[in-house]
Amino acid sequence: MIKSLHPSVVGPGPSLRIAIAMELAQNLDLAALGSQLLVGLSRAMVLFIVAAGLSFVLGVLRVPNIAHGSLYMIGAFSAYTISTLFGDSSAGFWLALAIAPLVVALVGLIVERALLSHLYDREHLMLILFTFALMLILGDLVKAVWGADYRSVLAPETLRGSVSVLGAPLPRYNLFLLFVGPLVAVGLWLFVNKTKVGKISRAAAADRDMVSVLGINVNAVSAGAFVLGCFLAGLGGALIAPTVSVTLGMDHTIIIESFLIVTIGGLGNVWGALIGALIFGLTQSLGVLLLPQFAIVFPYAAVVIVLLLRPRGLLESICSSDLIDSVNRKARS
Amino acid sequence: MLTGIVDGRWLAAAVIVVAALFVLPSLIPPFYVYMLALIFVTALLAMSLNLVLGYGGLYQFHHGVFYGVGAYAVALILKKTSLPAGVAFIAAPIVAAITGLLIGWFCVRLTELYFGMLQISLGSLIWAIVFRWYSFTGGDDGIHGIPLPPAISSLQSSYYFILSIFALSVAALYLIIKSPFGATLQATRDNPQRCEAIGVNVRRHQLMGIVIASFFGGVAGVLFVVLEHSVFPDLLFWVLSLEVFIMCLLGGWFTFLGPALGAGIIVTLRTFAGIYTEYWTAIMGVLLILLIFFLPEGVMGFLLSKFKGRSEHVEPVPAPSLDTTAARPSTDVASS
Repeated sequence: MIKSLHPSVVGPGPSLRIAIAMELAQNLDLAALGSQLLVGLSRAMVLFIVAAGLSFVLGVLRVPNIAHGSLYMIGAFSAYTISTLFGDSSAGFWLALAIAPLVVALVGLIVERALLSHLYDREHLMLILFTFALMLILGDLVKAVWGADYRSVLAPETLRGSVSVLGAPLPRYNLFLLFVGPLVAVGLWLFVNKTKVGKISRAAAADRDMVSVLGINVNAVSAGAFVLGCFLAGLGGALIAPTVSVTLGMDHTIIIESFLIVTIGGLGNVWGALIGALIFGLTQSLGVLLLPQFAIVFPYAAVVIVLLLRPRGLLESICSSDLIDSVNRKARS
Repeated sequence: MLTGIVDGRWLAAAVIVVAALFVLPSLIPPFYVYMLALIFVTALLAMSLNLVLGYGGLYQFHHGVFYGVGAYAVALILKKTSLPAGVAFIAAPIVAAITGLLIGWFCVRLTELYFGMLQISLGSLIWAIVFRWYSFTGGDDGIHGIPLPPAISSLQSSYYFILSIFALSVAALYLIIKSPFGATLQATRDNPQRCEAIGVNVRRHQLMGIVIASFFGGVAGVLFVVLEHSVFPDLLFWVLSLEVFIMCLLGGWFTFLGPALGAGIIVTLRTFAGIYTEYWTAIMGVLLILLIFFLPEGVMGFLLSKFKGRSEHVEPVPAPSLDTTAARPSTDVASS
């Protein structure tokens, strides 16, 4: 969520001479535009990281993981705990950023091995039901462990405060997110396209049975893909933690946004998730400038427009018809 | 006249059940009366969803919107105008049906997952507006203390009102499903290609199904206001829609009464688990997982297979059609 509206949106005070006031207004509007743009872009980066994880799991495992948002929430809360262990020092934050996603990945591994792996041959709707149940359990787990209070995570000292560019105060932490997002995107792209494991997972997304026939352990691939998805959810949660209040209910917002982003981007497509996240983040933050009260309406409107113009998403899905076919086969049998 | 559609024994059973439910409030404490009324409201919502989900094979992911729109319509009419309550009660489901027409008109152009996602975004649009429009809808506070006619403002009388409307709506839904329209809707689920080939307008039937479902979703919304005297934006939030969806899966979406059973289970569970622990959602999650592992057919499916001897009433299990691209070649609106 956008934390606060930049004060300059209100406009300059009336006491100044008109000419100066107008010039100032122009500058201030630019400043507001700049900072809203940064807020939108940095939020888009976190949305992208979370949505990419969801997209990856959906592509390889055919599981629309409704509990993905809960894993993101666990990531944020774990980051809180780890960073407070170190007294909110800089080292605490960096450790939290490194460990929290691993904690979430571990949760994912346990869930996959203990429960989900027994359900792959079940009907698709049963998998949805399962992940919904998981969301309920993980949500209450967070409540039991961390309670219902608002928590906050301090950014490390080097990333606190803001730098001023052309009169626009740009928070350093948001600039940092702007740097991390593309890093993750490139890393994911390299993993999926250049490594053997990545290629196998892509093949499994396209034709699971064929990969299995070739003697590859598809179950291990599925487990790996699920764990990677969870890792990304945790990373997103840890990254967003210093910019928001960490609280129960943050899973509900992110999961619906991630699903919509994945859909408009093209199921399973990493770059699609990036574009979708940019659309979502930017329409919301720029919407604040147009209609502050109804800013949350804009991203949904954008999704509607995209889906009406391109019903299959902006970029090609890596599991286009096969995902649906497999669902059909299961449903029919 | 109805003998061709309704089996006499079942009709008799239904009449007895409704009569029993009418006597019940004088025998049980008010707490259970309230819970039963809430079950009726939720069950009607789930059954209206199942008209399009189970019988129409559509991924109606955001059915809660119509429930919320119905509830808000009746709340706003009663609170902001001096129109009589009867007008509000009739107008609200119609407003919900019109919303269904608008949303459905866009959605039927897409299929399966994409249908659902478009509906979620359109529904969330309405939710976001309701959530933020403080001067009109009360924003995230909602509207409380909605004035209802004295005849139905006590718990007992509202129970009778809700039960009557619920029974009538369920009967209407049953007749719709058994009508030629209902049969065609099921045919579009099972084989849309063949339906197109014999001249059935698949999209129009689906749209009609959505409009009817949203009408009854709106009726459920009205009943909610009668029971609770208040509305809040969570009624339109996607989590509630998902919950209703889960009720259909849980009870069994391939049966007429399954969704009502699912609604009953979830409402009861929440009420009782909520008394003993604040972690009732986790308990529900664990039960759902047990169910997935041990009763994969849903509760109704399990019960039906237990009573196989009477299987003449058991419909074959048609999967909710996830029928797709292959079946509906011309789904892209403007991609060409």
